[in-house]
This record gives sequence, C-alpha cells and structure tokens, in this order.
Amino acid sequence: MIKRNKKEWLIVTFHTTAAAFQMESMAKNMGFEGRIIPVPREISAGCGLAWRDEKDKQDEIKKCLENQNIEYEKLILLTI
Amino acid sequence: MIYLDNAATSFPKPSFVKQAVIDAMDNIGSDGRGAHEMTLKASRIVYSTRQNIAKLFNADVMRVCFTLNATMALNTAILGLINENDHIITSVQEHNSVLRPLYKTGADLTFLPIDEKGNVKIDMINQSIKPNTKAVILSHISNVTGNVIDIKRVGQFCKEHNLYFIVDAAQSAGVFDIDMKSMNISVLCFTGHKGLLGVQGTGGLCVAKDIEINPLVVGGSGVHSFSQTHPEDYPTRLEAGTLNAHGLSGLNASVKWLNENGLASLREKETNLARLFYNELCKIPDIKIYGDVLAQNHGAIVSINIADEDAGVVSDALYQNFGICTRAGAHCAPLIHKAFGTDKQGMVRFSFSHQNTEDEIIKTVQAIKQLVN
Repeated sequence: MIKRNKKEWLIVTFHTTAAAFQMESMAKNMGFEGRIIPVPREISAGCGLAWRDEKDKQDEIKKCLENQNIEYEKLILLTI
Repeated sequence: MIYLDNAATSFPKPSFVKQAVIDAMDNIGSDGRGAHEMTLKASRIVYSTRQNIAKLFNADVMRVCFTLNATMALNTAILGLINENDHIITSVQEHNSVLRPLYKTGADLTFLPIDEKGNVKIDMINQSIKPNTKAVILSHISNVTGNVIDIKRVGQFCKEHNLYFIVDAAQSAGVFDIDMKSMNISVLCFTGHKGLLGVQGTGGLCVAKDIEINPLVVGGSGVHSFSQTHPEDYPTRLEAGTLNAHGLSGLNASVKWLNENGLASLREKETNLARLFYNELCKIPDIKIYGDVLAQNHGAIVSINIADEDAGVVSDALYQNFGICTRAGAHCAPLIHKAFGTDKQGMVRFSFSHQNTEDEIIKTVQAIKQLVN
C-alpha cells in the first residue's frame, strides 16, 4: 500500500478509451470538475481509463450520460 | 517546380498542419494508454479529430475509426463485411484498393461499365441486383478521370434495396460535401493526406449505425487486457495498436479549418483551374483528353495522352524539361484503362488543388505545346 488519502468517489467506466474522452469533453462543457484516472482494480482487471468525480454528482452525471448517448460500462461509488 | 499531383497527395501542406504535428511531437504521449497528462493530451487530440471528422461527414463520433490510409480503411470494410457467398456491385473505375480486397473475398462481382466520357453507368445498378447482392461499392471520384458519381442517388437506391453502400472517398473527402446520413452511406473510407490536407499515414472509416465490421487487425486496445478477444465497441473495434496521434494532430487542424472555411470556395477554385486547363488543351492538336471535365460536378483531375506517345515519356519530359510534377501510368485502376484502351499507353494525370494558380496552368499548357511541336 502506498500512502495516499482515500475517500469515496463516483467512478464511471467505459467500454473504450474513446468513450472516456467523450465523457471528458461533455464534463468540460457541463462544468463537472472530475478527471480521468486509470480503472481501479476493484472494477476491472487490466488497463483502461475511468472518470472520477465527487460522489454527490452521481445523479447529475448519470442523467447527462444518458441524455448525450455516451455509452458507459459501470457507474459506482468506490473508496480509493 | 509546378506541383500538379494533388490526387497522389496534396502539396504543400498548410503551415497550421505542420505546426500542429510539431506541437504534438513536442507535447504528447501515447493515446489511450494511461492517465497522466501527456497521454491525456494525446487522447484529447484524437477525440477532437473524431469530432471534426464526424462533423465534416455527418457521422457518429464514436464510429469514426482511424487507419493508416484509405487502402487500409477499404480493406477493413470489404474484408470485414463480405464473404464468398455474397454478390457485390462495383464499377470499372475502381482503384486496386477496392478491387484487390474484393478479389480476395472470392465474392461474385458485377462491374458497372463506363460511357465514352468515363461516367459510370449507375442506371445499370438496378438490373445488376441478384438475390445475394450484399453491397454496392463505388469510388465517389475516379482517381483517373476525376468524374463524380451521384452518391446520394446510389445511396437512396441501396436504402430501398437494403444493401450496404461502401464509398471510397479517397479523392473526394475535403473536396465535395459528404453527408453519411442523408446519402445513406454504410461505410465511408477516407485518407487524410489528399483533399483533407493532412499528413500521410492518416485516414479512416466512418461506420453507420448497426453495421458491425469484423476487424482486420486485433491487438492492443488500452482496455480489457485479460480478454482473449478484441473489444467489440467502436471505435476501438477497428483500432488495434497505437494510433498515429502526431499525424492525427495535423489532420485535426486541417479538418477543423475545412469545417470553418467550408469546401465550396476551395472546390470552385480548383475546378475552375481544371476547366481552364481543359479548354486550353482542346486547342492543341493530337491531345486526347479522358473524362467529363466540364460536367457540373467534377474533381480537379485531367488525364490526357499526346497522340500515341507513352504516358511515362510525356510525364518524364514534363518534369525534366519544365519542372512540372504529374503522374503517368495506370494509376492503380486497371479496369478503366482497359475500358479506354489505354492499358499499354497509360495516361498522364494532372491533378490540381486550390493552392495552384492560373499562371501555373498557362505555363503547363505552354510546356505541352512545346512537347507537341
């Protein structure tokens, strides 16, 4: 274990890295302040990218993803 | 030097394209392979390029897949959708990047013929249909004659008959307006380094909704490393391995510029140059001109021969004596040469861009006059 402060985050994963950047582009337009991180191992083994944001944004982000037809894999809360 | 070989690759590349490539080499890592800022910057450029390409062709941004060139895009589309039990309607004006993958599938092929001006007889599509016809595959603009196919009309026909419509836009992307949705195009294959003004090693295919192409290449995807199979989701489905993000940075700059500028004024300029060249050549004896150059829609390509002289000899003389860059030979389109009876002689192809000038056209006409005399 490395020394790093943990907290509960909203994590969104995608089927492709391209979709992660579709998310980032949308987030920028909508004013979300999260960022792209490597996919946590708790969600998926192997490489990949995920969107990390404040957990209280869950409903808002889910709605935006659906409104803008951005295909995501999972949307969960995770302490990392 | 007068550069009249824009159908091979556009030259010179705009300064903002060169700058974008240099900026990318100075600032970015590898697309989609990590989450540090260097790699994120690469991925943002690639995603922005998808957005600009999607805007240009009215395509779905997540179904814009990048390849090295139009040939790889066409191979991907043809080998990934067609098998030996299918019947395909194509034409004699096709480039080997369409013909060779088609031959490789073992499919039953019908080739639409051309008329005396080189126009593909698209009226014959209807009578060419068989019960197992799966697709119509056509180049939007012939790389030999510059003739343009009415792809909106063909697309409507394909929609009515439930056929895939695969378009080779190698010569038309960035020159003629292409709308995948209103033209009912199933797969649009393009290169980045011709009319799109980008660098070589960039190209791609835009795939319509519900069309699932079996990938030609599988491998690194940046996701699901422990899966034995390549991801099925677009665009990753057709993008194994690291993309040419440096090249795509240049393409992003040029397509953004084309989207802002529009294509009409650029097309009008190069079409006018081609018409000027054609009209001047008509005054010279012993010049044989192929193609329907004065048609309302025509790519800025004029292919000619001088009497029965070998096209290679003429092209070589044009460069050696006058510094004029043209292309000679069969232009990788063997069937159209058989149709014109020029399979031995070849043709000398002059291909113009909006960056050429009337002065260059006049100098070229004078050079040809000297060769004829």
